[in-house]
Amino acid sequence: MTPLPLNQQLLNACAALLLLLSFAMLSQRRIVSLVNLFAVQGAVIAATTLLVAWRTGETHLYFSAALTLALKVAFLPWLLHRLIRRLEVRWDTEPLLDISGTMLAGIVIVVFAFGLAEPITHLASTSMRNAIGIAVAVVLLAFLMMITRRKAMSQVIGFLSMENGLFFGAMSATYGMPMIVELGVALDVLVAVLVLGVFFFQIREQFDSLDLHHLERLGERR
Amino acid sequence: MIGLSFLLGIPAAGAIALAFCGARRGAPEINAAFSFGTFVAACAVTLRVIGHGPQLLWSGQFFIDAFNVFLVALTAFVGLTTSLFSRPYMRVEVAHGRLTPGRLRLYHSMYQLFMLTMLSALTTNNMGLLWVAMEGATLSTVLLVTLYRTPQSLEAGWKYFILCGVGIAQALFGTILLYFAAEKVLGAQGVAALEWTRLNAVKSQLEPTVLALAFVFLLVGYGTKVGLAPLHSWLPDAHAEGPTPISAVLSGLLLNVALYAVVRCKVLVEGSLHSALPSRMLMGFGLLSVVLAALLLFRQRDIKRLFAYSSIEHMGLATFAFGLSGPVATFAALLHMTVHSLTKSSIFFTVGHAAQKAGSQLMDDIRGLITISPTIGWGLMLGALAILGLPPFGVFASEFLILTTAMRQQPWSIPILLLALGIAFAAIFGRVQSMVFGETQARRLPHAPALLPVFAHLAIVLVLGLYIPPYLAEWYRAAAHLIGGP
Amino acid sequence: MRPAAYISQSLEIAVALAAAPLFLGWVNQCRAWLANRSAPSVLLPYRNIRKLFHKDAVLAENASALFRIAPYVVFGTMVVAAGIIPSLSGRLPLVAAADAIALVGLFGTARVFLSLAAMDVGTAFGTLGARREMMVGFLAEPALLMVIFVASLISATTALPAISAHLAGARLVIDPSLAFTAVAFTLVLLAENARIPVDNPATHLELTMIHEAMLLEYSARHLALMEWAAALRLFNYACIGFALFVPWGIAAGNVGPLGLTLAIPILALKLAVAGAGLALIETLSAKLRIMRAPEFLATAFLFAVLGLLVHVLLGGP
Repeated sequence: MTPLPLNQQLLNACAALLLLLSFAMLSQRRIVSLVNLFAVQGAVIAATTLLVAWRTGETHLYFSAALTLALKVAFLPWLLHRLIRRLEVRWDTEPLLDISGTMLAGIVIVVFAFGLAEPITHLASTSMRNAIGIAVAVVLLAFLMMITRRKAMSQVIGFLSMENGLFFGAMSATYGMPMIVELGVALDVLVAVLVLGVFFFQIREQFDSLDLHHLERLGERR
Repeated sequence: MIGLSFLLGIPAAGAIALAFCGARRGAPEINAAFSFGTFVAACAVTLRVIGHGPQLLWSGQFFIDAFNVFLVALTAFVGLTTSLFSRPYMRVEVAHGRLTPGRLRLYHSMYQLFMLTMLSALTTNNMGLLWVAMEGATLSTVLLVTLYRTPQSLEAGWKYFILCGVGIAQALFGTILLYFAAEKVLGAQGVAALEWTRLNAVKSQLEPTVLALAFVFLLVGYGTKVGLAPLHSWLPDAHAEGPTPISAVLSGLLLNVALYAVVRCKVLVEGSLHSALPSRMLMGFGLLSVVLAALLLFRQRDIKRLFAYSSIEHMGLATFAFGLSGPVATFAALLHMTVHSLTKSSIFFTVGHAAQKAGSQLMDDIRGLITISPTIGWGLMLGALAILGLPPFGVFASEFLILTTAMRQQPWSIPILLLALGIAFAAIFGRVQSMVFGETQARRLPHAPALLPVFAHLAIVLVLGLYIPPYLAEWYRAAAHLIGGP
Repeated sequence: MRPAAYISQSLEIAVALAAAPLFLGWVNQCRAWLANRSAPSVLLPYRNIRKLFHKDAVLAENASALFRIAPYVVFGTMVVAAGIIPSLSGRLPLVAAADAIALVGLFGTARVFLSLAAMDVGTAFGTLGARREMMVGFLAEPALLMVIFVASLISATTALPAISAHLAGARLVIDPSLAFTAVAFTLVLLAENARIPVDNPATHLELTMIHEAMLLEYSARHLALMEWAAALRLFNYACIGFALFVPWGIAAGNVGPLGLTLAIPILALKLAVAGAGLALIETLSAKLRIMRAPEFLATAFLFAVLGLLVHVLLGGP
């Protein structure tokens, strides 16, 4: 095994850290910590983007790193914290499955994700192609988190984390999507969170809580 | 081209203008005026494409060919008629106290924004921007679904947002994979590597394994928005709980545009794979949706949910027809998309009025429409007959074409399809009949509601059933050729 | 050549036997300092053991032979384990007989005997302790195995000295999989040695104790052996940690007496740092409810598996 260059080691470490963060989010009970973990995830992705930009010299990646930093590390966590304060939803979240079970499911999902990413990894020519599997795993783990959580806020964070995973996947497979698409996606994410903010207030006005089991009445019986 | 700038510029301007004056007295008229402007622009674009063939505009960022131009025209037309319908309808809602002026402003502004996202999704040449526009369509309608702020509408809105959000995230991954495969062939060209026209030119060189994987994700993603089973569960809720004009445009337009996205992807993937996998998947999902929707139709008690399930069924049928591939089936699918869109929106118009009069969406509470108002009664009856595929209407023609093609290519599917259509017929016809002709104590309405859009739609559907004008037929044929191959 | 190997082997075992109680004493002293208590002597464990050896053993009436044999078996396995962990030198003849996976087996054997002996007398506490010990063990063992798998995958061998030599020879790289396994290993170490988040070695509080509950029926020389074995286990775990994660300073195969003598102060330094770190972790964390222990160990297992997965994925060229 020839030693990898330092840059590559750092990228690998970031990828591994992202995977770890996904599991941390999966097992995190408190909403406030969840938002912080989401911010850290954004920061790791921004750092990775910077490293890749520095290594490949692709200027648009600097912009997308700045965009990630502004949107996912600064603005969205700030907005979510603000929402949490305004809505007074600082109480704990409770996962549906017990944590050990969720973790085991998570491990199975990671193995599945690695299998799924295998053909892409073989074809990719980027220096981070090994991280594609991790990106897929992050997406699927966020999906798992959305399934296991009952609180509106944690589902939203799951949704955002899924988007983070996709962004990371795009970067590891192709050094990022074209700038205009990335801008569009960022705009959509931003609008989505704003719309959800409005939505939270509507839900709370109606039910006095953000617990989603209130939202299970509409079924086939009507 | 100037037409395209108007096509996208008018709804954008409308969204901004109505964000300021959407609560004024004349706002519904302004909304209709903007929709009319969009329709005129769409007609201009259409004439241009008919005259000059496919157009690649604005340094290749927008692309209009026979396939999407007819959807553009359809979208603009249904957008116009729906805005005409919503004019008196929303006034009554405000008068009933279900809406505040602020929410009316939101409604008008978002309506135009929704049209903008639909039209940009249709006309963009960039698969990435297509995704952005599709997500934008969800975001602009999610607050419209919750417009009444009832617990049920909030639930429906949440489900709509989360399910479509997750679905659309899968589509983003599919798009990333597409870009990944394209970059291998086209080289690092940035935005150009996601242009559909370029991808289409080199589709046979794209890496098949990656594209197969991409198609799975794209189909699941956009398929969620088409309402394909098993990811359909947002659709009935969103249709039932939102205001009726929104149900009409969701059913008549959004589903079409999502299916359009799926078909665009299918063309690329099929060119790369040289196998029947994409077609099989479309057929499978389509058939599943048809069967599931038909079975669930019987259990519905809410009239808007009933017709929402009928939408799932018809979109399933169109998806199935695209899966059959070949020009005839594709022709039938395009025709089916058109007539379904027109018929279903006209049904929602009448249903909206009927429910508004009855003060309830439960079918048991709606009785004797023919006595209350013959126009509503006949409108609903004719609309139901049209959507059920009875002969002179266009749905009959398209379903007949789909069934005969399926008979030749996939005979095993015929019994399933016939059974599902039969079940759907029984479920819908029985309900509609009792709603239209049942006994009622309600008084006759003093004046007939303005149902011009309903009869305009039904008239077009009728004409399409009897006779397809040659230029329209030519147009469909060109589109079918484009998608289904020679 | 061969005598030299045997010398280093015996020296290794001797050092382990001698240093284990000292290491335990050091950890206790650090904990006392951190808790702002006046610290007991570092030599307290020695005095304790000596005192116990001078007492007369008392056995429960219904104790079987198993109860009497168990301390010797447990102590013996720990000594053998000390023999195959490269703490001072990589040249250990015993390694030919047992590799890293057998090492996990040795720990397992000790656990089984300990638990059986605890249940042998039939008191409630013994059974309770044995049950809890097994609960901890069934999660900790796979986690430890995973840790060893990762290290074996990296160095393509299961013999501990070879693993350690390989890792020491590699250039200093940021390896996320090793980082994850290091975390996992630390968690396993805490759980297996009855340290604080899982068990508290300093109390006899019935609700929480695991390891102490199993020793309640033992006295005199049996208890002394058990305590010594516990100290050895902690020492062994620390040495496994050094071999995997800080392998520098362990004398390689062909180094003479000078290398060996140099390895002793390095080991002492590592032990001092590790003991202080261990005491710090214990002081900073709170004892978990016993029901949360599986969660703690599941985390360890998760870290180990993540290490494995990350290695498989990112380790490729």
